[in-house]
Amino acid sequence: MSTLTSVEAVRRAASYNHAVLSWVDADGYPNSVGAPFRSNPPSTVVVGPLAEGARPPAGSEVCVTFSHIRPQRGVGYDERRYINLWGTAERDGENIRLVATRATGWDEAETPFFEYAERNVPQARSYLESLGANVRLSRFWMFFLATRLPFLTATIAPVALGGAVAARDGAFHWGWFLLTLLGACAVHLGLNIANDVFDDANGADAANVTPTMFSGGSRVIQYGLVSRGAMVRAAVAFYCLAGFIGVALAATRTLTLLWVGFVGVVLSLVYSAPPFRLVHRGLGEPVTALGFGPVMAVGTYLALARAWSWEPVLASVPVAVLVALILYVNQVPDRRGDAAVGKRTLIVRWPKQRVVATYTALAVVAFAVLVLNVVFDITPAWTLIALLPAPLVLKVRRGLLAHYDQPYALMSYMQDNIVLHFATGTLLVIGYVLSNFFG
Amino acid sequence: MSGVLPPDVEKLFNAALVGELTVVSSSGRPITYPLIPLYDGRYVYLTSAALFSKKLRHIKANPKVCFSLTDPVAVPIQPFARATVQGDAEIIEDDPHSGWEELLPLWRAKEPIIDSFVKKRFGIPLFFERSIIRIDPRRVLYWPDGRTETAPQVFEVSEVGR
Repeated sequence: MSTLTSVEAVRRAASYNHAVLSWVDADGYPNSVGAPFRSNPPSTVVVGPLAEGARPPAGSEVCVTFSHIRPQRGVGYDERRYINLWGTAERDGENIRLVATRATGWDEAETPFFEYAERNVPQARSYLESLGANVRLSRFWMFFLATRLPFLTATIAPVALGGAVAARDGAFHWGWFLLTLLGACAVHLGLNIANDVFDDANGADAANVTPTMFSGGSRVIQYGLVSRGAMVRAAVAFYCLAGFIGVALAATRTLTLLWVGFVGVVLSLVYSAPPFRLVHRGLGEPVTALGFGPVMAVGTYLALARAWSWEPVLASVPVAVLVALILYVNQVPDRRGDAAVGKRTLIVRWPKQRVVATYTALAVVAFAVLVLNVVFDITPAWTLIALLPAPLVLKVRRGLLAHYDQPYALMSYMQDNIVLHFATGTLLVIGYVLSNFFG
Repeated sequence: MSGVLPPDVEKLFNAALVGELTVVSSSGRPITYPLIPLYDGRYVYLTSAALFSKKLRHIKANPKVCFSLTDPVAVPIQPFARATVQGDAEIIEDDPHSGWEELLPLWRAKEPIIDSFVKKRFGIPLFFERSIIRIDPRRVLYWPDGRTETAPQVFEVSEVGR
């Protein structure tokens, strides 16, 4: 519910089909009655006619409510909106007239329900605290939300690609591969949790009232599901697990892995940790591209082949660019909250047209590199099948142009953008596998 | 169903998708909230998410409330009628996490999509921390044709019926 001016409330009231007049009876019980009405701008409403027993006494404070829904058979209803306005009742024949002095309202066409709910999170937490109750979810969903588990596709794609390149060189081993994947996932989950901790500490997540499934952080701290301290401990635990696996791999495979692992962990920390906070400086995309592209692909290749090669570096460039574009697009709904706390991402800095043009240009670069890798015989020709998801670029571009200011309408395009990355990465891997069988 | 409310008013409650709860603020001002009414023959039930808990604080301070059914669109029944029930509200919130789920069968009958929302409660967990508002009806005002320029039929809900 947001405050409206009385003039605006009365203007909007004209679109409703009836009014509900409420007052407090002499016995202390509220009473309310539905009736026809007419609005007399700028701020007068006349409700009635009303029977003698269904009218508030003149001089009493009354609330007039206008409410609308659209029933959806077998589902429920939508198009929710309502207005409340208050004033002092005056008799006007069989009608009640009032001059609105205060008004509030909500229209889900203007403030989507999820944003409306998000704006009330402090109210919910305060109320639950007064009850001594806590918001709860199952352990599975807590883990799922706090770690932002589905985003592991950003790690799985480059690690699988590094493994595919190693397999083509005859160096694949399931045990080492899975251990490497586990270590990379641990860094990623540690990064996700640490990022939430920093965005909670600097107020970015609290300032964001339009989070979606893909943006605005996990919200577990804001909702009171997990304390910031517990999140810090979880991040440390994941980084320790990653460090342990990294050292074990370096000790048994090649010491070069120590350097790659070090770079990966440093990138994951400088992304959002002060004083670096590269994401605040518009450098989140290159950091993400490096970490979730060449670093992971090369690290996996080293763990399997125990030797350096430029092939995983170059082969991973398309997924590196596309993963950076996931971050890039997902920051669109976050931009007001980010700007409010000085998180100057590229999306905050740039106007819409430039953001969309850059998205398109970088996606073209990703697929151009994929083709050039084949042209220069760096990757096998079969990897060209990874061009198949490319049309999704146009779909995401259209979504950005049409729904740039509508976070919830943009969600399906954010999902398409994630699919674009993972499908391209998966098809690159499949291309490598096919090349092993068919040359 | 034969309960404490007049049969024609029960029909309205059973058909209503949305009605209007009016509470009294600490300053004596009436405040109205559109909500889904549920009725089990004895009480009128509403639920409120912790996210929208101001009404709950008002009711705790002053349990006198009324609930009206006024909108021909939100109360899809023929012939249309209007009713207002005045009563005493009690907030039930021993277990805001799942206590309200006992009302799901009544809720589901009006808003079948609620089941799919509940399955996705992880997406908006604070919406599913809910309190039950249970209204014990005392007086019913009923307009059989919905025309409130005529005097309502008034029913006192007897102690026996309650």
